[in-house]
Amino acid sequence: MSSYLRIRNLFKNFGDFTALKDISLDIEDGEFVCFLGPSGCGKTTLLRAIAGLDLQSYGSVEQAGRDISDLPVTQRDFGIVFQSYALFPNLTIERNIAFGLENLGKSKAEVGARVTELLDLVNLADQRKKYPAQLSGGQQQRIALARAIATSPGLLLLDEPLSALDAKVRVHLRHQIKELQRKLGVTTIMVTHDQEEALAMADRIVVMNHGVIEQVGTPTEIYREPRSLFVADFIGETNQIHSTVTEPGCLALGRARLRGQTGELAPGQKVVATIRPEDIVPHEPAFREAEDSDSLLEVTVDEMEFLGSFWRSRLTGAALDSEVLYADFSINAVRRLSIDEGKSLTIELPPSRLIAFAAAGSAGETHGEHG
Amino acid sequence: MASTADALAAAGRPPKARPIKPRLGRDDLIMRGFMAVIALYLVIAIALPLYAMLSKSFSTYSFDLTAYEFQVSDEVGNFDAPPVSAAALNDELQAVSPEDLSTSSDGRLPATSFFPDFSFRSPVMYKIRGTSADAVYLVGTERFSGTEWREVDSNNFRRVMLRPARDIGFANYVTYFSTPALFQSIENSIFISALSTIITVTLAFGFAYALSRSCMRLKGFFRLVALAPILVPSLLPGIGLVYLFGNQGMIKELLLGESIYGPIGIVIGSVFFTFPHAMIIITTALAISDARLYEAAECLKASRWKIFWTVTVPGARYGLISAAFVVFNLVITDFGLPKVIGGQYNMLAVDIYKQVIGQQNFEMGAVVSVVLLMPALVAFAVDRQVQKKQVALLSARSVPYQPKPNRRFDWLAFGYCGLIAVFIVGLLAVCQYAALIKFWPYDLSLSLKNYAFDLMDGGGWDSYYNSIQMALLTAVAGTAVVFVGAYMVEKTKGFETGRSLFQLLAMLPMAIPGMVLGLAYIFFFNEPANPLNFIYGTMAILVICTVTHFYTVSHLTAVTALKQMDREFESVAASLKQPFYKLFRVVTVPVCLPTILDISIYLFVNAMTTVSAVIFLYSPTTTLASVAVLNMNDAGDIAPAAAMGMMIFYTNAGARLIHLAVSKGVLKRTQAWRFR
Repeated sequence: MSSYLRIRNLFKNFGDFTALKDISLDIEDGEFVCFLGPSGCGKTTLLRAIAGLDLQSYGSVEQAGRDISDLPVTQRDFGIVFQSYALFPNLTIERNIAFGLENLGKSKAEVGARVTELLDLVNLADQRKKYPAQLSGGQQQRIALARAIATSPGLLLLDEPLSALDAKVRVHLRHQIKELQRKLGVTTIMVTHDQEEALAMADRIVVMNHGVIEQVGTPTEIYREPRSLFVADFIGETNQIHSTVTEPGCLALGRARLRGQTGELAPGQKVVATIRPEDIVPHEPAFREAEDSDSLLEVTVDEMEFLGSFWRSRLTGAALDSEVLYADFSINAVRRLSIDEGKSLTIELPPSRLIAFAAAGSAGETHGEHG
Repeated sequence: MASTADALAAAGRPPKARPIKPRLGRDDLIMRGFMAVIALYLVIAIALPLYAMLSKSFSTYSFDLTAYEFQVSDEVGNFDAPPVSAAALNDELQAVSPEDLSTSSDGRLPATSFFPDFSFRSPVMYKIRGTSADAVYLVGTERFSGTEWREVDSNNFRRVMLRPARDIGFANYVTYFSTPALFQSIENSIFISALSTIITVTLAFGFAYALSRSCMRLKGFFRLVALAPILVPSLLPGIGLVYLFGNQGMIKELLLGESIYGPIGIVIGSVFFTFPHAMIIITTALAISDARLYEAAECLKASRWKIFWTVTVPGARYGLISAAFVVFNLVITDFGLPKVIGGQYNMLAVDIYKQVIGQQNFEMGAVVSVVLLMPALVAFAVDRQVQKKQVALLSARSVPYQPKPNRRFDWLAFGYCGLIAVFIVGLLAVCQYAALIKFWPYDLSLSLKNYAFDLMDGGGWDSYYNSIQMALLTAVAGTAVVFVGAYMVEKTKGFETGRSLFQLLAMLPMAIPGMVLGLAYIFFFNEPANPLNFIYGTMAILVICTVTHFYTVSHLTAVTALKQMDREFESVAASLKQPFYKLFRVVTVPVCLPTILDISIYLFVNAMTTVSAVIFLYSPTTTLASVAVLNMNDAGDIAPAAAMGMMIFYTNAGARLIHLAVSKGVLKRTQAWRFR
């Protein structure tokens, strides 16, 4: 059984500029997929190609086994919500939602019933006679969503639907959209540049950069096992330390020798070792016997910054040469170990979390391409 | 290491490249269809007529005597003498001089010219034929051509006329530039236009400055008065000036013996009718000036005078340049005013009229048109460039300037605007007064006899009703064509070449003077071979010509409104499988209704006042009020001309009031969504 949406070798050129390079992607039925990437990475271009709004230059798109590569928008099966919502300003909320339900041979009563159902679904039943301008941004967004799913399309496309809203509303709507999508089971693609949004909502994330897909995976995969330096850097925060592979599974960091993930990198190669601040933990022999000293490092706490739920600590040390590490220590650990600025301490860099990527400019690829 | 496939991928192409071509949906096809229809309209209404005119200006006509042969019989009808060519006969007789051989497209040369002893009573028979298939001659009204001999008796031979052959060349231009009486007009036109431009822009700048920078009273009233000249034909101020300064003028002593007929009258009248155009543009330019600059200048202790020259004027410079070119263009292309008050002073636009109507020399009319096109095109091109820059200035975030009361300055501004208002209202009042008195200056009792238009030349009251009908048709049909065209060109996807071509066609009318357009219409639509020939002389051609003449401004207004609509409305409608025309009907038109009403009143008012675009095109059944003003004035019925001109003024003022009321009503009913 093949996937619901099959994209093969998609290219999009604007004059000499290549906005999408050889994109191939499968999306399963009922999946919630996020296209994530910095602005200009091609995520919206890809969405618009899938919708048929701006056709790709080369390559094919299949939806539910049907080749839709060159079909006009009206012959495709999708609902769409734009960043601007594009609600018709002169039509009431109910007429906005009913817009796609007219001309389908339905009676007025049927249309009315469906509109009521949709308004209930987005919890705006009492607003039906109002005009869009009379609603808040979040409410408008929900109306746009209701309008997009009114005709029960097989595919729901969301183009940065939350980025025009303020932070609180955004978090709230995030849950509503996700819940709605689960309830309806509609295959959904959302474009966003907000990684938190993507991590919170998506079943799978497609990370894009410079018109290519960097990595496709579940939020935890993307976060825990980035396959390129770009992904490691773009998703969450990460330390980047210049180092060298000494032998498979071993890295030279400054003067220290540490175990880490080197993949297929050849010994002697210059690499960038990455580790997330929260993965660096203070070494506590009392609690845990270090499996081996190859993941321990002596450092000095340079500076500490209180960020609410944790302390961001700047670490330097003789072993690190001039490199700097940032670690997030929990409030408990800081209190327990009385970590403070100027104090020395031993930290642990778990080998599974210390991941090496080929340094920019060096030949050869690692787990994936880097940005 | 890099394979071919990789190289192709790097170049933005898959190995087996098969570019995706969009399959067009029904909507795409309908939209392109609409666009093609309106583009075709523009091609027929502007591109082809212009081409016809251009080719006319390069056409010369002359009689080719070598192309005809004659044979003459003896008294009993035997053709024994050998055939002889017209050229040979002429060489012998010198009957027609070489200069007389060049003629116009209507030229006719009697065949009898070559037979000095011809008598229509003689029993001699004649034969005539062409030596080539193109040689054309008339027998009476019947047209013949070709190399076959045709026999005519002497009674009919006197009705044989040779027709000229057409040639392409610069001869007409050579004639034009070697006739001082003609090319003197270029200098005159440029001089008058430049002078009027300087005066109008200066006066309008002062007016706009007073409106936007002072706290004087009656601002709304002044603005209204300044806009009044838009509502009348450009020749009406000419009539007013005649009553004031003409040979029996009320205050002609003020001219110190100078005559109002000529440059002085044209310039004063031009200032009157171009004032509102300049005022609108400059007011807009001053309105977008940034208050923060003034605050900064005041903090730096700059004097009011210095602020004026370092902040105000540079800030409005694009507006000033734009206004200057618009005024220049209006004056140089205007026909009505110099016709009424120009006297013996020749201007290009009037020359076209004289050549075409007075001398029936269409080729020379075309040549003058091409000459007139040049400055108009330059002014148009410069204005477009400046407009683009002005837009860039507009988009900057700025704080609007709020004037603070300043007793002395405010009274100064009030006095200045008052003087301008007296000038405008005064000139209109003189026209109204003249229309209501019996016989200036001998019998000053009031009467309505000047409104008995049916007793005068010019078409009578019918021309007034025709004008209203024409203006209504122009407003309705024009608005529909313009708005639909603008929608298609804005919202059609892809099809870049077609769209830019359409934009170009839509911009073209702005650069074409009304006289030139009208003359081009004669050449194009009066051509018997043109299948559209049937609209010649009807109301339809007047409407088409007027819509086309005022197309560009309407188009730009529509495009601006459409650009403010969310780009994604069409995408949403398409994703909901709704046809674009439903969106157009349910959303686009209602949302743009205020703009649509604005376009229609613009077209109505201009259709009521235009003279230049329609002067060549009206027929006895489609006379127009604005043309009637001109014709009655020509015929010496100046008071009735003033009366008709004021009728146009009241009609337009009424139309504006109705427009205002309708706009308000419509706004209330359909634009409820605008208010929270």
